[in-house]
Amino acid sequence: MNVVLSHVPPGARLLGDGVIEGLPDAPHLVGSACRACGAVTFPAQGSCNRCTATDVDRRPLATTGTLWGFTVQGFPPKEPYVQAHAPFTPFGVGYVDLGGEVLVEARLVAGDPESLRIGQPMALVLEPLTVDGTGEVVVTYAFAPVDAAGPSSEEHA
Amino acid sequence: MTEVAIVGIGIHPFGRTDGVSGRDQGAVAARAALADAGIGWDQVQCAFGGSDAAGNADAIVNDLGLTGIEFVNVVNGCATGGSALTMADRAIRSGAYDVSMAIGFDKHPPGAFNASPAQYGLDEWYGDIGLMVTTQFFGVKIQRYLHDHDIDPEVLALVAAKAFRNGALNPNAWRRTPLSPEAIAASPMVSYPLTKYMFCSPAEGGVALVLARADIAHRFTDRPVYVRSTAMRSRRYGTFEVFSPSLAPERTDGPTVQAAAAAFEAAGIGPEDVDVAQIQDTESGAEVMHMAETGLCKHGEQVDLIRSGATEIGGSLPINTDGGCLANGEPIGASGLRQIYENVLQLRGDGGDRQVPGGPLVGFTHVYGAPGISACTVLSR
Repeated sequence: MNVVLSHVPPGARLLGDGVIEGLPDAPHLVGSACRACGAVTFPAQGSCNRCTATDVDRRPLATTGTLWGFTVQGFPPKEPYVQAHAPFTPFGVGYVDLGGEVLVEARLVAGDPESLRIGQPMALVLEPLTVDGTGEVVVTYAFAPVDAAGPSSEEHA
Repeated sequence: MTEVAIVGIGIHPFGRTDGVSGRDQGAVAARAALADAGIGWDQVQCAFGGSDAAGNADAIVNDLGLTGIEFVNVVNGCATGGSALTMADRAIRSGAYDVSMAIGFDKHPPGAFNASPAQYGLDEWYGDIGLMVTTQFFGVKIQRYLHDHDIDPEVLALVAAKAFRNGALNPNAWRRTPLSPEAIAASPMVSYPLTKYMFCSPAEGGVALVLARADIAHRFTDRPVYVRSTAMRSRRYGTFEVFSPSLAPERTDGPTVQAAAAAFEAAGIGPEDVDVAQIQDTESGAEVMHMAETGLCKHGEQVDLIRSGATEIGGSLPINTDGGCLANGEPIGASGLRQIYENVLQLRGDGGDRQVPGGPLVGFTHVYGAPGISACTVLSR
């Protein structure tokens, strides 16, 4: 599984309409923030589920954070999971605390629970999910442990 | 204030019954409940029913009789049965009706549940990237819980082993072969740290309950079990539930805590008075967490209670005496009602090989489902 930070390969499809912005140089997730009460949520939505207000703004979220909790998905999810029929590798799933504003759920670029720990520094990455058959590359957001990230992520951090 | 009693119960065995539709299983349960109450379908004045995968629950009137009654379909994920019972109870408690039915049945295909994001108001990409999987929530929640309360992961296998032990004593259960904690821990990892045999599986089954005004219960049964309270709650802002793309930084008590507290308060009975409890065990860690979230014990006490045998059938706090979701499987529409069915059996003294000794007086049920719903009941003789 290759970690590609700021490239969406030619012909690839970005999964998550309106969820990831700032490509190609400064990818970041986008949530929404309530002007009335300050609550931040992800993905962006048109109203506040804390105070019911509809006075919300789109809010770019921090690209680094700490891991709050995690699991490792041990079996291939059924369709419409894009890799439902591809050879399966376990993938991490967890919640990353982004600057104390909001915790976002994400795939984690780590398949071994021993490599993950609560409080671990994590950084936003773009993860390619290749679909067999059509060969279409699908790219989505994920988080990678900062201490395991390679030189390319340090370059763009 | 009108009081309510459960006067008839019926069940179709859980698990897999080839060639019998989910609705037919529901009809078997309904007829058994009516027979138990000594009435015909024409005496049921109101019904609430739920099925996730076996068609609209109210289609069952085609089998039972077109009597024109108020029959409302309930859709609340795995909490459906608890919601249905809450409504059937309220229909009588409010003074609107004298006799009601709560029914639930399901027949799921094998493999993991595969809900669609749109059903829960989520965008399609959430499922496309592999996050629309209920087991992930339970994995993350128990991983965090074991860490926060310093709980030995060994309890996950111990609780599952208890489930299969109890299931072996339950003729209506699906999985009736005891499994050792070692075999459970060694089964394939599903969502770390939870293995295959720590998780329930989608299954089939049906349960029906006949409720009546308590002051006329004697017309139907000589062993009424009284519904002391019901409470159903959904998630508040700041909780951690299934299918949550984000969490608030400030976390708050979830619907299980809220529903259980409300049920105990309304009943005027405390968790310390509970003699038998059926609580949501979607996976064995859920039973552990829900023990504390419902107030049956404090966070962290679970290890001693489980290791000492307190949660066994003969212990001081018998939990999931019929094998729970782990041994019965999870037919979404029926499970919450199965819990109540089991408590009624126990309070009547009809638990057979799995009867809680000492004449239990108070039963408690707790069910939890996506996207963060809980329904609890307090029953007593």
